[in-house]
Amino acid sequence: MPKVCFMAKKIAVYRKEHFNAAHRLFNESWDMSHNDAVFGKCNNPNFHGHNYELEVKIVGETDPATGFVIDLKVLSDLIKEHVLVRLDHKNLNLDTPFFKNLNPTAENICIVIHDILREKLDSKFELQVRLYETPRNFVEYPA
Amino acid sequence: MVYLTRLEHFNAAHKLYNPHWTKEQNDEIFGLCANENWHGHNYELYVTVKGRPNHDTGFLIDVKKLSKIIQTEVIEKLDHKNLNVDVDFMHGQMCSTENLVMAIWQQLNPALPAEIQLHSIKLYETPRIYVEYFGE
Repeated sequence: MPKVCFMAKKIAVYRKEHFNAAHRLFNESWDMSHNDAVFGKCNNPNFHGHNYELEVKIVGETDPATGFVIDLKVLSDLIKEHVLVRLDHKNLNLDTPFFKNLNPTAENICIVIHDILREKLDSKFELQVRLYETPRNFVEYPA
Repeated sequence: MVYLTRLEHFNAAHKLYNPHWTKEQNDEIFGLCANENWHGHNYELYVTVKGRPNHDTGFLIDVKKLSKIIQTEVIEKLDHKNLNVDVDFMHGQMCSTENLVMAIWQQLNPALPAEIQLHSIKLYETPRIYVEYFGE
């Protein structure tokens, strides 16, 4: 019987997570009216917030011993330990080190999450992060 | 009797924190939600009205008109706001989803035209948590 070789086949696996956070979009080098003109309601000095939905995509080859690209429980724990603990139920501007000098737009949050996970994941995996700020607004990195 | 539902949405910051309790008590009861610097949600609001369709239009109410009333009475006051700080009708109350849905009823009900009755308001705080209020 011919052996089927799955070794060279790349496949994508995904893990969905979610977190809730407050934020404000503004540029501190601009005055209030300039910030209002650019960021509108998102510039409320008392903050507003979102339910963020996070999709982490890993591409790799399946391990012949397990059939897994990556154990999704391991990936889930990695996301929880390094991303969710730092962002969930937080004020992104005030409670996290990432946005002291960076506007916490969905774009920037997505890149921050990507970079945190990239550092923790084996370089053999390709990584892509999709972040929903609302059910209708979402971003993806790398593009 | 026909029931008609309009779905609207708003995003807001809040915290669950009872000022009469110590920080430790608040942390124990409200956990992560007691974060003094706030957190936030995408709220989804389902407003259901009931009545009999108008003979000439076939409508219970022009949904565009209902949407405008919800926007004016509720969404403009809540969207991109801090519920604890920016919303006058939540002052002195805990900003739980339960209290918020009852406060929304109080805001909306008097503004609706006489030909329809408010039946229920369903408010999702997250895709996994919602409350329903029937005005009782």
